[in-house]
Amino acid sequence: MSDGPLPVVSYLKMPEGGKPYLEGHRCDVCGAVFLGERRHCSKCGARDSMSTFQLSNRGTLYSYSIVHRSFPGNDVPYISAIVDLEGGGTIKGNLIGIEADPEKISFGMPVEVIFDDALGRKDGDGNSYLSYFFKPA
Amino acid sequence: MADAYVVGVDMIKFGRFPEKSVPQLGAEAALLALDDCGLTIKDMQALYCGNLNQASGMVGQRLLQEIGQTGIPVVNVSNACATGATAFREAWMSVKADVYDIVLAVGVEQMGKGLLGGGGGSKGISKEGLLGSGTMPSVFAEAGLEHTRNHGTTFEQFAKVSVKNHHHSTMNAKAMYQIETPLEVVMNAEMISYPNTKLMCSVNVDGSAAAVIASEQKARELGLMDRAIKVRASVLTSDPWQERDLVMPDVNSCTRMASKSAYEMAGVGPEDIDLVELHDCFATAEILHYENLGLCEEGEAGRLIDDGDVELGGRIPVNVSGGLLSKGHPLGATGIANIYEVSTHLRGEAGRRQVEDAKIGLTHVIGLGSACGIHILEKAA
Ligand SMILES: [Zn+2]
Repeated sequence: MSDGPLPVVSYLKMPEGGKPYLEGHRCDVCGAVFLGERRHCSKCGARDSMSTFQLSNRGTLYSYSIVHRSFPGNDVPYISAIVDLEGGGTIKGNLIGIEADPEKISFGMPVEVIFDDALGRKDGDGNSYLSYFFKPA
Repeated sequence: MADAYVVGVDMIKFGRFPEKSVPQLGAEAALLALDDCGLTIKDMQALYCGNLNQASGMVGQRLLQEIGQTGIPVVNVSNACATGATAFREAWMSVKADVYDIVLAVGVEQMGKGLLGGGGGSKGISKEGLLGSGTMPSVFAEAGLEHTRNHGTTFEQFAKVSVKNHHHSTMNAKAMYQIETPLEVVMNAEMISYPNTKLMCSVNVDGSAAAVIASEQKARELGLMDRAIKVRASVLTSDPWQERDLVMPDVNSCTRMASKSAYEMAGVGPEDIDLVELHDCFATAEILHYENLGLCEEGEAGRLIDDGDVELGGRIPVNVSGGLLSKGHPLGATGIANIYEVSTHLRGEAGRRQVEDAKIGLTHVIGLGSACGIHILEKAA
């Protein structure tokens, strides 16, 4: 078991003594943005063209669904949100801090990326995880 | 290159058959398709067999163990929800390439109940409900709300798709369900992922469908041209890069690429199409594909369903079989079942749900991952 929480996805970085952040990969040739480690660009086909950068913690809601039926043990309803980040990159996560009601949710609304414990979920070895969430900005 | 024709085609009534094996289910459709053209397995020169859940299980060979081990080449095909269409297309290509003159394509699937998708990764912890949702109802809800964002499409318009397709299925004895679902029933059904209610999700069923494909020369030799269906276009695409596709599977781009190629290959346009069987895995998806297939202008899909253009008797009937929403969606069988439906109309044999004077029809499937298959079919002259 590790001392502290583990990152929920490989592109959530937890620098020692620093704040957690999400990391993107950008193609030096065409500018396409990716999540997670990669070497080559699937947009333009360029090889060994990736540079890492810190994804923004601010973005806007692109699309969503309100999930009423999920896997056993998951609290419903919740909002599954797709967020376009400022400066590039699109990520998916739970939108919290707003009622799960289409009347209350608007496309393009500004949101902030926050980092918090992964809803108490632990893996088989008892490790806890750090996840990210969206909340209205 | 000479044309290739569907000379025999059929499907079993979709349902739940846990007592049967996958090869047994596939064999039923294979025999029905052979009977449709009065041939036997001994006349077939190759088998292209589509199945997803037993992709490594040699389903095609086991199917021949049910109906005749003639030693012909068997190709097992797996390509998400485009599996059946891909098996059909591989069969068609083998005839077009003049490798064989008559071959069999089968699509078969045995499904469990419940939510598809959202499993995602064995390491760490489950991400479902933590990083949004990866279930199919949610993925297609998010794709639908993208259309709402761009064009103002409403929950009610999405729901009307289910009203229409469930109505159509009341005229199709091979559909899983034949039940009318009025608008308020669809909208008030259990919400799965807004805006998709339970009645706006396709039905997980078991099923199979099969087609016999022959070269023109072979079809003439066998005297099968009377009911033959010409394959005017067969297209398969994969998903091109899109900026959001890492988190939002894009069902639009590969459908648009495929429909453009298919219309070019067939030398027809959307205005020439008399009926369409498209991939209504969710009610939201059908709305997107009206525009992706060029059945209406950009942003007009909501109006198309409001005006009844896509109903039986309308300008361009869509999913008169009942669609995946009511006929059912046995993943690997769906692509060939769509071809059966369109062929049946082109032959004028669709009974109560017959699209009058149908001359050219289009079938469409899309599997996430992604694979899109489109076929344009026409009654042989
Ligand atoms: Zn690039």
